[in-house]
Amino acid sequence: MYILEVKNLKVYFSQKGKVLKAVDGISFFIREGESLGLAGESGSGKTVTALSLTRLVSHPYLLSGEVLFRGKNIFRLKSADLRKIRGAEIAYIFQNPLSSLNPVFTVGNQMIEIIRLHHRKTKREAEVYALKMLEKVGIPDAYKNLRSYPHQLSGGMNQRVMIAMALSCHPSLLIADEPTTNLDATTQVQILQLIERIKKEERLSLLFITHDLEILRRFTNRVAIMYAGQIVEIGENLFEKPFHPYTYALLSARSGIIPEQGLKGEAPSPFAFPAGCRFHPRCPFKRSICEEKEPILQEKKKGHFVACHFPQTMVK
Amino acid sequence: MLSYFLKRLFSLVPLLLGITFISFLIIHLAPGKPSYLKEMNPRISAEAQERLIRLYQLDKPILVQYIHWLKRVIKLDFGNSFADGRKVIVRIRERLPITLLINALSLFFILLFAFPVGIISSLKPNGVFDKCTTLFVFIGFSLPSFYLALLLMLLFGIKLGCLPISGIVSFNHSQLSSGERILDIAKHLILPVSVATFGGLAGFSRYVRANMIEVLKQDYIRTAYAQGIGRGRIVCKFALKNALLPLITILGLSVPGLLGGSVILESVFAIPGMGRLLYEATLSRDYPLIMGGVVIGAVLTLLGNLIADLCYAWADPRIRYQ
Repeated sequence: MYILEVKNLKVYFSQKGKVLKAVDGISFFIREGESLGLAGESGSGKTVTALSLTRLVSHPYLLSGEVLFRGKNIFRLKSADLRKIRGAEIAYIFQNPLSSLNPVFTVGNQMIEIIRLHHRKTKREAEVYALKMLEKVGIPDAYKNLRSYPHQLSGGMNQRVMIAMALSCHPSLLIADEPTTNLDATTQVQILQLIERIKKEERLSLLFITHDLEILRRFTNRVAIMYAGQIVEIGENLFEKPFHPYTYALLSARSGIIPEQGLKGEAPSPFAFPAGCRFHPRCPFKRSICEEKEPILQEKKKGHFVACHFPQTMVK
Repeated sequence: MLSYFLKRLFSLVPLLLGITFISFLIIHLAPGKPSYLKEMNPRISAEAQERLIRLYQLDKPILVQYIHWLKRVIKLDFGNSFADGRKVIVRIRERLPITLLINALSLFFILLFAFPVGIISSLKPNGVFDKCTTLFVFIGFSLPSFYLALLLMLLFGIKLGCLPISGIVSFNHSQLSSGERILDIAKHLILPVSVATFGGLAGFSRYVRANMIEVLKQDYIRTAYAQGIGRGRIVCKFALKNALLPLITILGLSVPGLLGGSVILESVFAIPGMGRLLYEATLSRDYPLIMGGVVIGAVLTLLGNLIADLCYAWADPRIRYQ
């Protein structure tokens, strides 16, 4: 059973009269209780994908395709119905916890706001509930910290607050957009362990976005690799047996085993993607067809899809 | 907080001394002397003039004069106006209420309209509403207030004949009942307050718009949307409080303007306010009166800044004073 199904999602923006194709026709699903990882270079469209799942992208030039959450098409919902899903069914954790929290309201104020929005609770009940949530995500001295402002807490603490807020309305899908990117290494581990723990406790489905492949290997069931607004490879055990040269390049760039095989050049401009396969200018295996025909995602192995004319079986 | 406040208050004293000293210097060094008073007002006798010069020690060096003036001001004695010999305090007190009333009213209306206008145009930058207000602001900025005042006087005062165009009371004011008197003053105030509001509204609504646009782009606004909070609440609670912060400074700076009075507007509408009083005082080198105005203006400017800083600390929890 799929909790989320995305079909041919396209998100374009208009900038200075030119069309920026941030996400260009991607499809994927997340099973109930599953963790899907989404990886790719900066600018490959990961965050825009995450935001468009609840129509959070601001002023898109085009937002098309289908996002089915438990069978309901998010793009067809009225905004009042959408608001009941945001926060209550699909919750987010963002990259910069400090800037993602409102600087002029206390942690408690912001938590009580969202608790009372989705639950019938008095202010007092909501505050007690907020305290419980803060304790649940491992915030010491919850009573004092409920009265703190975000700037008075550390990055790790703020991210815990974000997680507590995300959990406070019992969502079924959690979207974590690079939740540990700006945290120091020890805090990173703590936050990841916390996400793993609450995922089990709350039986959450998870979309985990990061460029850190090691995190995805440890924490997710399946991984999708994005390049230039498209998914180029998606499947389980992606890291053991990657088929796409880009996935392979990402992996070797990380491990540094074969440095000369690492990625050369830069990601293409989202204003003008190269014709054919978007990866071909950087691909060591390109042939003439790669410059002309765009490859489509094809099942290479059961549940493992690749968009490449010449998928390589490369063992790291 | 209290010790910070006291420290700030205390540090205003040397600032105030500096302001008054420089103003004192400039106004005394400016060409023209109050002893020309006789030419301007033939009713003043030579002895009276001599007495004035002796009283204010106008024949002494400027520094001595300043210290002499300062000694009196510390005792809150601003001296007597050269022009009619009445106390400076009394002359200012006569003019202050009407200027204060007009400025407070126009500030009130500026805020009343600037917030909705600025917020609505920030929601859709370059939308139809925003384009219209941009045009309106452009007109508000570029139209000289006296010209707008004359146009309005022509329309409402002469063509339609429904509003008085000068002064603050009608000639039969003293015969009216108290209710009618208030109505009479209100009618006289409509045009000057409208003109003052129009000019200020242009700028202030732009500040609101610019701040709101900036705040609405922030990550925490996206978080609020992601939590399912409605747009109205996000704009009016979560965004507005952040956008208010820079406006506090601007509001603080407009406090001295409350008493400043506009010479041009007061002249056009024949309003006996502070602007004209100080303008005339400057022309006739009425030193005590000028310095009285300077002191009031300086104190208000400094207090306005201090109040703005305190409000800032209250509104923005990130600011902590040591």
